Amino acid sequence: MKILLLIEHDNTVLKSANFHVFSAAKQLSDTIDILIAGHPCDSVIESAQKSFPVQRIRVADAIEYQHQLAENMAPLIAELAKEYDMVFTAATTFGKNILPRAAALLNIAMISDVIKIISADTFIRPIYAGNALTTVKSRDNIKMLTIRTTAFPAAPAMRNPNVIIEKIEHVIPDSLSEWVHEELTVSARPELTDARIVVSGGRGLKSAEHFKQLEAFADSMGAAVGASRAAVDAGLAPNDYQVGQTGKVVAPDLYIAIGISGAIQHIAGMKDSKVIVAINNDPDAPIFQIADYGLVGDWFTILPELQKEIKCD
Amino acid sequence: MKLLVAIKRVIDFATPIRVKPDETGVETAHVKMSMNPFDSIAVEEAVRLKEQGIAKEIIVVSIGPGQNQETLRTALAMGADRAILIDTDQVTQPLATAHILQKIVERESPQIVLLGKQAIDSDNNQTGQMLAGLLNWSQGTFVSKIMLEGETLQVTREIDGGLETLKLKLPAVITTDLRLNEPRYLSLPNIVQAKQKTIAVIPIAELAVDITPHLEILKVTAPEKRRAGIIVNSVKELIDRLRNEAQVIT
Repeated sequence: MKILLLIEHDNTVLKSANFHVFSAAKQLSDTIDILIAGHPCDSVIESAQKSFPVQRIRVADAIEYQHQLAENMAPLIAELAKEYDMVFTAATTFGKNILPRAAALLNIAMISDVIKIISADTFIRPIYAGNALTTVKSRDNIKMLTIRTTAFPAAPAMRNPNVIIEKIEHVIPDSLSEWVHEELTVSARPELTDARIVVSGGRGLKSAEHFKQLEAFADSMGAAVGASRAAVDAGLAPNDYQVGQTGKVVAPDLYIAIGISGAIQHIAGMKDSKVIVAINNDPDAPIFQIADYGLVGDWFTILPELQKEIKCD
Repeated sequence: MKLLVAIKRVIDFATPIRVKPDETGVETAHVKMSMNPFDSIAVEEAVRLKEQGIAKEIIVVSIGPGQNQETLRTALAMGADRAILIDTDQVTQPLATAHILQKIVERESPQIVLLGKQAIDSDNNQTGQMLAGLLNWSQGTFVSKIMLEGETLQVTREIDGGLETLKLKLPAVITTDLRLNEPRYLSLPNIVQAKQKTIAVIPIAELAVDITPHLEILKVTAPEKRRAGIIVNSVKELIDRLRNEAQVIT
């Protein structure tokens, strides 16, 4: 079985997601090639050589691929996919943007957010924001899937000294779209979907000023900051903090929910966290039914105490 | 400019999901249904483009059984001009949905197709991208801002780690993210007015699209349930347990 893995990168570094995708692909085959498209890709190729023990590194290095836009990335992938049984990439905004378009060009289905590989044609993926899991079997000759990175371990970096680096000469132009600019959040905080610890606040925090205190606490732990939809709707936190069915789905090692009652829609976005801590002054709050550790009380007095205790050591 | 908005009827976001005991799917009988929240954002954006004088006509389309007319009425009450129901009892997978929408695009020739970035039931996040691919149109996914500049559409996309701005040649497919807007509440006069608007019902067979599922659903199961843990009595105890029992902090 031959697998093609589409690499996510920013022309400088490999994204950590690739290592999770690689370990997922490895479950099915040792015949894996990777595709690096971008411009200029030299440093990415160099790190890929040190990271993935693959047969071939296929490189599409051209100014047309610099921003990896779906309009010409999809036909590139669709063309190469014909040589493979499967195409893997990460279920990130990068993979989600490009892979469905490539699948449509081949008139095949795409399987999103795979959390478990049963066999070469059967996969498990969450639906209803993880409130149900579906096992699907693909009837297509080529299987295209995105991998939920939190469901697979990161593969250790390894090298194949005999790797073949192959340049793809034919360049597909993009006349449909044009990259203008990007604003990446420059925050010392880890990204919400990637963080080991997430501290989230709910409507119980009552004001945006109070939410700032929660952010300071999160920073002291090196945690990402999340919020419930109720907190976002009440204007306590910006929308991109939202964890839940209509926001981001997270699965950190530790999730601390402060002043969050635990609406279904919020729980859907965080219930796969390894350890959940709930702090709420209402002992009947539904969040306590799914928390590993619950602490009943006023967050206003608990938060400073927590911060102090953690700092002590 | 003509806009087409594709909407899906799904189990309401606030309704608990129950997996059927025979593992064939989730319980949908006697369950509150509503418009997919991301699609509401798509409808709202279309209505705003019309209010700004950029769009002339908004057509909403939905695929499913007769009950979907209720969801289409909601979109009409928000400000869409007319609706199309592709009538079928079969659940279409994203590839089939994209093929159906392609047919509607060919009939209606919109300049922009708007869709929610994903449906909160199947969570695929594929249909818009697939449609753009089939049409060979430009695509703006996970969009949080739209601006028309002459013949191009400037869109801001929510990507991991920040925002990306693209210029798209029209016609284009747009999939909407949460921050794009906040859908309006329906007013009674608008609800009454929407009853006068037309919903064209097209039997799916008329479109001659192959909707055979490419993915066979073997089963649908409930995820492992989390059990409630313990209530700790103090911050000290909490920290101690996180450190020594759960070992998630140092």
